[in-house]
Amino acid sequence: MAVSISPAPVVAEPKPAPRRHDRGQRRDQRRTGLLMIAPSGVLLILFFFVPVALGFALAFTDARLISPKPLEFIGLDNFQRLLHDPVFWKSLRNTLFFAAVIVPVQSGFALLLALLVNVKMRGTNIFRTLYFIPVVTSIVVVSILWRFMYQQDGLVNSMLHWTTGNVVRIDWLNDTSTALPAIMLMSVWQAVGFHMVIWLSGLQTIPGELYEAADLDGAGTWQKFRYITWPGLRNTRTFILVTITIAALSLFTQVHVMTAGGPLDATSTMVYQAVRVGYQQQQTAYASAISVVFFLLVLTVSLIQRWLTRERKA
Amino acid sequence: MKPLKRRLLASALAAAVLAGSAACGSGEGTGTSADGGLTLWTHNAGNPEELAVVEQIVADWNAAHPEKKITVQAFPQAAYNEAVVAAATAKKLPCILDTDAPTVPNWAYAGYLVPLEIPADLLAKQLPSTVGTYQGKTYSVGYYEAALGLFARKSALNAAGVRIPTLEQPWTATEFDRALRAIKSSGKYPITFDLGTGDTTTEWWTYAYSPFLQSFGGDLIDRDTYKTSSGVLNGDKALAWARWLQGLVKQGYSPQRSSQDAFADFVNGKSAMVWSGIWNSGSLSKVEDGVVLPPPDFGNGPKIGGGSWQWAVSSSCADKATAMEYLRSSLTAKSIAAFAEKQNVIPATEEAAALAPGWQPGGEKRFFLEESRKLAMVRPPTPGYPYLTTTFAKATQDIIAGGDPKQILDRAANEIDRDLKSNNYYGF
Repeated sequence: MAVSISPAPVVAEPKPAPRRHDRGQRRDQRRTGLLMIAPSGVLLILFFFVPVALGFALAFTDARLISPKPLEFIGLDNFQRLLHDPVFWKSLRNTLFFAAVIVPVQSGFALLLALLVNVKMRGTNIFRTLYFIPVVTSIVVVSILWRFMYQQDGLVNSMLHWTTGNVVRIDWLNDTSTALPAIMLMSVWQAVGFHMVIWLSGLQTIPGELYEAADLDGAGTWQKFRYITWPGLRNTRTFILVTITIAALSLFTQVHVMTAGGPLDATSTMVYQAVRVGYQQQQTAYASAISVVFFLLVLTVSLIQRWLTRERKA
Repeated sequence: MKPLKRRLLASALAAAVLAGSAACGSGEGTGTSADGGLTLWTHNAGNPEELAVVEQIVADWNAAHPEKKITVQAFPQAAYNEAVVAAATAKKLPCILDTDAPTVPNWAYAGYLVPLEIPADLLAKQLPSTVGTYQGKTYSVGYYEAALGLFARKSALNAAGVRIPTLEQPWTATEFDRALRAIKSSGKYPITFDLGTGDTTTEWWTYAYSPFLQSFGGDLIDRDTYKTSSGVLNGDKALAWARWLQGLVKQGYSPQRSSQDAFADFVNGKSAMVWSGIWNSGSLSKVEDGVVLPPPDFGNGPKIGGGSWQWAVSSSCADKATAMEYLRSSLTAKSIAAFAEKQNVIPATEEAAALAPGWQPGGEKRFFLEESRKLAMVRPPTPGYPYLTTTFAKATQDIIAGGDPKQILDRAANEIDRDLKSNNYYGF
């Protein structure tokens, strides 16, 4: 969870006396080190760096998934096409909207849950487990179940009927105004447990003495939260902010399973569009262009977040 | 700057490794094993009945040709096309493979498939839509065909006072509209005519709803030139189709999103009519007065989609002669009849229909064969089909969802035209 790196205190050590086998030993060490990072290094290169590099390169070509036509460099054509693609703009808007809602709602709700299950009481473990169950369930399974629940005669509508006396009847996933919010609700429900656990681990690093001292000083619940808990969660906060943002921006599975981007592109996201264009429509190059834009978007957002949450020198 | 430099170096290295391994993979011919045997791929791992017939045909071949044995490898349908494309990229295609009819031109164009050497008199016996052609050459042939049908309850039609249509005399658009109105106003069925929109797979949307478009007089692409969609996909006739389709939902005849199994709803009495396929005809007997009808004629004749799974030979096959010989010898009335007996499909030849129970003239299943022969229109045989179908399916989904038909169809036609142009019209 060490997102922020604080400079290690410099301790002056006495220089060891030069030894004979120093060089050989160091070479050995380096070799062992390389050997040890080799498995993950090779995997990272093969499945991360190479695809990213390919994605950047292909974005400037007319590559297709299946075609006997030789690859041609076409410069910025794909990006130009992107500018005039209404689905792309809608996907971008949906993606940003989704992240803008999910990041504060999910992290806030997760913090609330974490505070609730952090009390020393019997049975908190049961609640911790309950909240965590959706996280360990496959997102595909969760999406399929929620699709049933959102049906016109599904569980959600039956419950609304029962509570409102047959006033409300919403076709959640087939209405352009409710489809994305419905996916948001379901996504928060699914992922909130994970971030609850992270908050919880952060909460438990705060020494209990601080609270005891605050009690002695006569601090109230809010004051304790404001002046002890909140500052104590600094690093946790940064971590959660960054991970939720990236996860929210790459929304795909729920859309793929529940709405296929519909109705009328109301739930299309950038990743969903890239996959649809790249695989179903076989337009590798255009999908690469979308991915490049997506990469830049995530990079920019992350950099801004890093800058905002940077360690300020006192 | 240093990490970036290192990263670049690393990716260059990895690329070199990849290129090296790819070069190793490209041998002379593939799809054969060391002992002279051939490999066959099929999509029906999830369909034990059909797989059993394929395995029987192969077993018969192996018994007769012990020196050229064929090995069957079955894949689940959902992963099949990806497996073929991946294998083709890695130059590891099997000798014999089955293909969904509309993808045949795409794979032929990409160089995965070779033209079949099957005598013309043998092909002439086949239902036309069971033979896959591209640019005048035959690339695939199938043992069976599928068909769409309008499944209905006789009692609902009688109560509504509309006649039962036949292949000779299908409903006109007006008659169909009258039937819809009368059935809906009877209030007996929650759903008047279920379009089956619960199936979100792309191909269902094109297979099921483009025949209506063609019946209106529109199409996915101009079939004279295969160079443009403008005018056919967004002309007045296509617009009339889109408004009609959207009207079915807007007027409450069909749900915007059907349930997962629209045919089960029909069987359970939730709908009076459902647009579905021959694969559900086995359950039709569960409906006391269920009938299957041809689609209405919207001006350009009634139409249904054509083309099901067919067989092809890969271009990388090291022993094409044997692969061709296998396909040729497997096209017997007996094996074709076996497919039609084991599952709900139309036998591809008249000889086979004579052997399969229910398929003889006057037989209970005969309707589908006549319907297919008369009304089937294959999906556009162009290598650009994958783009056509995804664009058309999305446009149709948008129309059903209530979007502006003109805007949607104009955009779809533009996108298709741009794709055609950027691919030099796929060789047309």
